Amino acid sequence: MITPRYHREIPQRYRLEGGKCTQCGEVHFPPRAVCRKCGGREMETVDLPRRGKVLTHTTIWIPPAQFESQKPYVVAVVELENGVRLTCMVADAPPDEVKIGTEVEIIFRKLQSDPRWEVLQYGYKAKVVG
Amino acid sequence: MREVAIIGVGMTKFGELWDTPLRDLFATAAAECLEDAGVEREKVQSAYIGCMSGGLFVGQEHLASMLTDYAGLKGISATRVESACASGGAAFRAAWMEVASGMSDFVLAGGVEKMNDGADATYCLATAADQEYEVYNGVTFPGLYAMIANAHMEKYGTTPQMLAQVAVKNHANGALNPKAQFQMKITQDTVLGAVRVAEPLGLFDCSPVTDGAACVLLAPVEVAKKLGKPIVKVIGAGHATDTIALHDREDLAAIPAVGEAARRAYEMAGVGPDDIDVAEVHDCFTIAEIVCSEELGFFERGKAGQAALDGVTALDGAKPINTSGGLKSKGHPVGASGIAQICELTLQLTGRAGERQLKKKPRIALAQNMGGSGGSCTVHILEVEQ
Repeated sequence: MITPRYHREIPQRYRLEGGKCTQCGEVHFPPRAVCRKCGGREMETVDLPRRGKVLTHTTIWIPPAQFESQKPYVVAVVELENGVRLTCMVADAPPDEVKIGTEVEIIFRKLQSDPRWEVLQYGYKAKVVG
Repeated sequence: MREVAIIGVGMTKFGELWDTPLRDLFATAAAECLEDAGVEREKVQSAYIGCMSGGLFVGQEHLASMLTDYAGLKGISATRVESACASGGAAFRAAWMEVASGMSDFVLAGGVEKMNDGADATYCLATAADQEYEVYNGVTFPGLYAMIANAHMEKYGTTPQMLAQVAVKNHANGALNPKAQFQMKITQDTVLGAVRVAEPLGLFDCSPVTDGAACVLLAPVEVAKKLGKPIVKVIGAGHATDTIALHDREDLAAIPAVGEAARRAYEMAGVGPDDIDVAEVHDCFTIAEIVCSEELGFFERGKAGQAALDGVTALDGAKPINTSGGLKSKGHPVGASGIAQICELTLQLTGRAGERQLKKKPRIALAQNMGGSGGSCTVHILEVEQ
């Protein structure tokens, strides 16, 4: 990934920061300039809850080149405790350990080390709880 | 608005066409289409061409100029249309609007994609998903549909055998289509035993990487009548969009843009799902044909998989789907697929579909073309005047 974009997205990737509309309270992840619910344009930064559950998942056997070394790996749609949803890998999980409804917590991990961009890329993954 | 008819169709063979460049794919389909229509190329006033990613697949943008030039149409109004895998359907919609509005009489709707030219197809296709919040985190395009499949299986009890039957059925149809990429029958065992791509989808649950182009020529119905052509009318057109990211949609076992585009098209046409005699449904993955068939109202939610197993959607079934072989067997040159669907339905409606011609000639047909994991969808309904 190109460096300016990577730098710009650090708050959400490193700290799971969302944007809360000061007008109607809708929470967005990633943060948005315009509220999807009321059209409001003022947002305040909020930390998202770290716990959630798996809504659906898959095990990727044929990944793009930058994830080749990690295959097979599990990817899931996770719903956080406040209803915000995101897509992420489930770290250190054998495929049969992740099911719909599995409780997870969001953790900070290295995601890619694509040599083309000469920058290590970090972000969030889920980890099965308990 | 004027009534619009499809007066000519043309498409290249679909497949790995290593010797044919992007520009000649389009030129060939356009020439075949004009020949089929019996209209001289000087008459064509405008073109809309669907192409998802000339930039990534072959490093070429500014396609409308190049493609129309190489098709012998230099100088006309030409626009390249992009809506991921629904680019063809979106191009068709734009061409239909230009004729319906009265602005032009002869408008070409085309689609093209050259996917086999050395680019990383998995990477290119993934740009139809959210690059920053899906793809960055490791999900692939098959991975998104695999997550839809798992949600559908959990909610409705859909099985891998039901998914497999979609591929078996579409390959059986494609075996009868001389332009299909894979003209071979397969069995359930082939699908279920294939190398895994993204659980629960294996290689034979996925449409292939394909080169190809397709074109149709549109004209007002009154002009088509003067030409003595069989009248295949566009009676309904629906287009809808949704969030690009799958995770932002409430029901992960549904693809709401399809249902919404269908609702709009049915309303315009004044027909419903039971009136559709034959359909081309966007089967980029086996699960997609199942979910889309439900969204189109052909089956209740959760029942389309069983319908496939029961043969309802087969060539001799009550609701034939993807008589061309679908994206699965005919091939899926992404920008061309939406137009190729219209080509197939026009052939079926005019009794020209060869070995795969439906025994009872259909009267009303539906084409559904979808972008990304369901971020965009077009539905077009066609009717032949008997």
